[in-house]
Amino acid sequence: MGRNVALVLGAAALVAAPLVLPATGGLDEPFSGTDNKAANLIAEQHPDYRPWAQSLWKPPSPEIESLLFALQAAIGAGVLGYIAGYRRGRNAGRRDGDARD
Amino acid sequence: MHIMEGYLPPVHAVAWGAACLPFLALGVRRLTRVVERHPEARLELAASGAFAFVLSALKLPSVTGSCSHPTGVGLGAVLMGPAPMAVLGAIVLLFQALLLAHGGLTTLGANVFSMAIAGPWVSWAVFRGAGAAGASRGLAVFLAAMLGNLATYGVTALQLALAFPDPVSGVAGGLVKFLGVFALTQVPLAVVEGLLTVVALNVLAPMPALAREGR
Repeated sequence: MGRNVALVLGAAALVAAPLVLPATGGLDEPFSGTDNKAANLIAEQHPDYRPWAQSLWKPPSPEIESLLFALQAAIGAGVLGYIAGYRRGRNAGRRDGDARD
Repeated sequence: MHIMEGYLPPVHAVAWGAACLPFLALGVRRLTRVVERHPEARLELAASGAFAFVLSALKLPSVTGSCSHPTGVGLGAVLMGPAPMAVLGAIVLLFQALLLAHGGLTTLGANVFSMAIAGPWVSWAVFRGAGAAGASRGLAVFLAAMLGNLATYGVTALQLALAFPDPVSGVAGGLVKFLGVFALTQVPLAVVEGLLTVVALNVLAPMPALAREGR
């Protein structure tokens, strides 16, 4: 278990590092998405290109968007937690059974 | 991240969609067979889908000052082989295209090809290769998830370069420019994905030896 904690802490440090590093401080649009950057690059080099389709529906505000992203993560995390607990319980039950034999 | 709605010319959009079809058909066939023969494998299936759901919802900051997100498809590729992940990844991408305006329906084919097909197949090949080369399971899983993530964004850059070649230096020049947007940003995030995939597998273990059955 200690190893898992260390791995998660390592991942968290990698995510947190850019937020405190000075190198990313002076940017015009700090931490915008790479999809927007790609779109900007296309607009720069191919100014004639017009996107020919729009999203059918867009989250009406950044709050609603973050709600939906959080919901997506919550659903996934809930399922993962259920499965991890189910396996742990089943393995524990199996060990108890072995001990009684 | 995914190619935005309307940002691939129609011919490219249709071609990438067509390229996905055989992989999706194979994925559906594998999925039904796995569920029929190993009903207990529905847990692996749910875990693989859920992991991709969580990780692709997390937009993370990177050292380049951009944000992008992990894909989460490496876990499923290691657990079940790459074919079923085409279907699971397509579901995640459809959810994001319809509800989050992230990616799009016209670019769905291209995005499925990069995230749900190229990523998992590279992950699976790396996992098998590293295992054969004598790497420990943890290291093999780490490399598989990390390189699968990088492969996804490498393919995204290639897709954009084919559609939008550099006015002077052509497709190759375009590729370099789009890789400049995606690849460097993605390196630390790919490492994060590798680490989290190892943790997920540790927590979910012991898993039945599905991945070793050759399917």
